[in-house]
Amino acid sequence: MGDFTFFLETTISGLMTGVMYSLVALGFVLIFKASGIFNFAQGVMCLFAALTLVGLMEKFGLPAWLAIIATIGVMIVLAWLIERFVLQYMVSQSPIILFMATIGLAYVLEGVGDLMWGSDVKLLDIGLPQGASDWMLDNFNIYVEKLELVAGVVAAAMVAVLAVFFQKTRIGRALRAVADDHQAALSVGISLRTIWVIVWSVAGIVALVTGIMWGSKSGVQFSLSLIALKALPVLILGGFTSIPGAIVGGLIIGVGEKWAEIYVGSLVGGAIENWFAYVLALMFLLVRPQGLFGEKIIERV
Amino acid sequence: MTEHSKKIGDPLLKVDNISLGFGGVQALSNISFEIREHEILAIIGPNGAGKTSMLNVINGFYHPQQGTITFRGEVRRAMRPYIAARQGIARTFQNVALFKGMSTLDNIMTGRNLRMQSNFFWQILHYGPARREEIEHRRRVEEIIDFLEIQAIRRVPVGKLPYGLQKRVELARALAMEPELLLLDEPMAGMNVEEKEDMSRFILDVNEQFGTTIALIEHDMGVVMDISDRVVVLDYGRKLADGTPDEVRGNQGVIDAYLGVPHE
Ligand SMILES: Nc1ncnc2c1ncn2[C@@H]1O[C@H](COP(=O)(O)OP(=O)(O)O)[C@@H](O)[C@H]1O
Ligand SMILES: [Mg+2]
Repeated sequence: MGDFTFFLETTISGLMTGVMYSLVALGFVLIFKASGIFNFAQGVMCLFAALTLVGLMEKFGLPAWLAIIATIGVMIVLAWLIERFVLQYMVSQSPIILFMATIGLAYVLEGVGDLMWGSDVKLLDIGLPQGASDWMLDNFNIYVEKLELVAGVVAAAMVAVLAVFFQKTRIGRALRAVADDHQAALSVGISLRTIWVIVWSVAGIVALVTGIMWGSKSGVQFSLSLIALKALPVLILGGFTSIPGAIVGGLIIGVGEKWAEIYVGSLVGGAIENWFAYVLALMFLLVRPQGLFGEKIIERV
Repeated sequence: MTEHSKKIGDPLLKVDNISLGFGGVQALSNISFEIREHEILAIIGPNGAGKTSMLNVINGFYHPQQGTITFRGEVRRAMRPYIAARQGIARTFQNVALFKGMSTLDNIMTGRNLRMQSNFFWQILHYGPARREEIEHRRRVEEIIDFLEIQAIRRVPVGKLPYGLQKRVELARALAMEPELLLLDEPMAGMNVEEKEDMSRFILDVNEQFGTTIALIEHDMGVVMDISDRVVVLDYGRKLADGTPDEVRGNQGVIDAYLGVPHE
């Protein structure tokens, strides 16, 4: 196998992992923009969504498509519950208190997920294609998992739909308005509560997609919620309020990590993928604190 | 939008015995006044008098500890911003509060938010009823853009506009709501003479052509005397006077507390 082919395979595999990071970071950014809340529970939401999906398929024997629709329903109800019982009472609290509330939320979700569906590792099979893509092998002579290609296409489609949603719809415009200025948004009659339910629902659906992709690859288990740890460096890289930043940042971290693992890993004794993202983010922080596409960080008042 | 001959009518909004405090600061003490249909009411007073707080009470940002607000015959302990907007109260802010990342057009379109109905699905497809609706609202917004003479900055992100134009876009966004009551917090602050003249003309035109009732806060006494039908004077959270510009000008308490001393 040629060096260049190997490099390509590494890069593509990195990109596909990066897509997962991008999606988790995207969920963070949506919620942060609309409500100024740093949602610690975003990772656990991926786990919770995937657990719910598996549970509905295994325990209730629902077909995959129906289970997905039902899980979307569950995530929307969850968003509503969060707004109704947490956010509503905390609007005027300081960001640190809101952040702590989401830590609480993470534990609750983890507990509920465990209680309902059990804590053993579960296989998630909604019928996504597995194995190597023959097409890529035949045409480019490189080895790529079909699942990774599907994940890339699905993620791209989702980002495209979200972009249209934000730019073209009344609700998208209202969302951008809320992200810019709460008071002004209120003054034109935008309901913050409705917007929050929508944003948390979208974040929940993004979490479900992430959970499906990751779970199909590595099974549904607690470690799924840990991809959220990779989202933090992605956010530092991409900026906390930039959707393109989250996407590009995720891809950079994904690819950078894979390259580091392959080309530098042996020199520093392995496990580099656990910390490389943070080092990259830290170096970046020194040069460009506002992130790749970030506006200058301005304190919210 | 129909031509409207100006006829000041019954009270449109009444505040009664409003008191509002923040910790030790009493921002408003026992304030009562009314805003009458189709009039231009100026609220004046030195800095910190409680003028902005008063507008915030009226559109529901602040909830007073005491008093009631009567709007369209309904008596309330406190307003809520969403209800205020739905029932026809629009406002601008002392420190311009625009959606900085959006264009002038999009900012003004947010003012149409409450009037748009078509669902989500059609909007995403940008087709059918949603498309017709968007076109209709765009037409209304274009009328407002022509009215305020901001055609040239339609597509410009508002963050890039000079201050005077930002104030104008903010007014446009409020007008897009087709409000019955328009609250303006220092619409001419920081403007040069020419800009002030333009803004005064727009305010008068809105009032005359659309019959919109306007309550505005303004520091420039010349402007206030020129354009307002009635004036309410606040000082340290208390109401000092309430009457026509001439009455207020002749009020000794007002002269002592406010007009006599140069402000700012
Ligand atoms: N959100 C707030 N928190 C604490 N104090 C406030 C708040 N809003 C207004 N105040 C106080 O209320 C008083 C009146 O303020 P304001 O209504 O802004 O006056 P004006 O608009 O007449 O200059 C001031 O002393 C101000 O500091
Ligand atoms: Mg003020």
